[in-house]
Amino acid sequence: MTGKNFWSWLAVTLGALYFLLPLIGMFEFSLRMQRDGYSFEAYRVVLADPQFQQTFGYSVVLALLTIVLGILLVVPAAYFVRLRFPGLRPIVEFITLLPLVIPPIVIVFGYIRIYNTSSILPLTGSWWGTNILLLFGYATLSLPYMYRSVDTGLRSIDIASLTEAAQSLGAGGARILGTVILPNVFASVLSGAFLTFAIVIGEYVFAALLNVNSFGPYMVWMGGNRAYEPSALAVVAFAITWACMGLMQLFTRFSKFSTARR
Amino acid sequence: MTTNALSLPAALRPRQVLSWFGVVPFFLFALLFLILPTLDIVLGAVQDTEGRATLENLGKLFSPSIRSAFWISIELSLLTAVLGCVFGFFIAAAVTLGGLPRFLRAALLTFSGVASNFAGVPLAFAFIATLGRLGLVTMLLRNWFDINLYGAGFNIVSFLGLALTYLYFQIPLMVLIITPALEGLRREWREAAESLGASGFQYWRLVALPVLWPSLLGTLALLFANAFGAVATAIALTGSSLSIAPIVLFAQIRGDVLNDPHLGYAIAFAMILLTAVANGIYILLRMRAERWVK
Repeated sequence: MTGKNFWSWLAVTLGALYFLLPLIGMFEFSLRMQRDGYSFEAYRVVLADPQFQQTFGYSVVLALLTIVLGILLVVPAAYFVRLRFPGLRPIVEFITLLPLVIPPIVIVFGYIRIYNTSSILPLTGSWWGTNILLLFGYATLSLPYMYRSVDTGLRSIDIASLTEAAQSLGAGGARILGTVILPNVFASVLSGAFLTFAIVIGEYVFAALLNVNSFGPYMVWMGGNRAYEPSALAVVAFAITWACMGLMQLFTRFSKFSTARR
Repeated sequence: MTTNALSLPAALRPRQVLSWFGVVPFFLFALLFLILPTLDIVLGAVQDTEGRATLENLGKLFSPSIRSAFWISIELSLLTAVLGCVFGFFIAAAVTLGGLPRFLRAALLTFSGVASNFAGVPLAFAFIATLGRLGLVTMLLRNWFDINLYGAGFNIVSFLGLALTYLYFQIPLMVLIITPALEGLRREWREAAESLGASGFQYWRLVALPVLWPSLLGTLALLFANAFGAVATAIALTGSSLSIAPIVLFAQIRGDVLNDPHLGYAIAFAMILLTAVANGIYILLRMRAERWVK
């Protein structure tokens, strides 16, 4: 073994130790609920908890709606900017970068100030309003990821020719977007969608400050009140993140494959 | 006089007008849910309750408790950014240049993608289960090596504990960003340096690091901003007992009936300022770095 190899193995081994120990610790702890040995008791308790089912179901629905809203906002915008307003591109790119620059806690603070009960648009005053505000907030958080993946997808297809071909066959704007462009960039849209899903499922700050009982605040509440269940929840959350990233990579690879074949 | 479509200004031709319908919703959305809320914070920070311009709110940032919260936040973000950069660099260098099997590189990048998105509440639970009072590592050290971490003054609910936890998403982010830059180092540069008689150290000091430094410094700035905005991990870990800037703002927003909302504006404004500067540095240096990585 050469000297260079030794140092590389050392760096990777120490890194692996640091990254694996918390995962092992979290999993081991989640199994310790019953005193007489390891069991999946904590998982059973958590999964059977009606509040878990309610908050988790809520977050899943919200994540799916966020993805739909994100697609409706980003795909037409990215398409028309590429096709007709190339001058707007830097502006759109700047806007989609902003949610990474401005801390989410500041954005939600702005929402509470602008849309509170004494404002012109009192969204925080009603149940529906709050949910819509949260949905729009999550769509904002997902803008950077959605835009980037849609834009990458659009770059790999010839949208000008596709659009002209569709127009010469008599298709209108909405039809072109829905039946020609979207299917062509669907794989890249999905990779943005999975990242959005992973982000929305565990999000805490927006939900907590808008007083919405989603999965994030439920996890924090569990963390303050129970011993073993939080670890079980963390394992579940990690599994979801892992699944989303895995699917994302799969679809990214798939979209590369489909463009390579053209 | 014939006014056919082509003689109109480009933006007003029928087809273009139709195109605006695709773009307008996006801009309207961004205006309502991103730009106006942020603008409201910035303006609120420099106005009093009657809407007159004042610097009084920003002056409140220098009260001892707020100043110390910001200071701890800056220290925490800087420390985890520097350590994240150093460790992330070594790990990325080990798998890209260190002659390790190729599957390790793919595995590491996939894992980094997952880990950099594993921040937030679950990450805090993972560290409590590992280094908390009854955590796996705490117990192993006590039972096997007779080392009492908590007796020695360690606590997961502390600056050090928070820093250890933050590194879990800082290092992977560094790995994700620096790996392409390391792969951009061309083999010919090293061969050229060696054929001119340079040692490995000289190659790094005179060739590789000058090419890499915009990426390295830019990522440092990005990691700083990343740590500075993190709230959920800190709250889930410490239960808001450690006074860092985002937690103070969180408490301020929660209790804004009792507290002064304009102090909240000022804290939020200062946070935007710090993260915007850090991100600005990142974007500028990244543009410089891309000259080499092509």
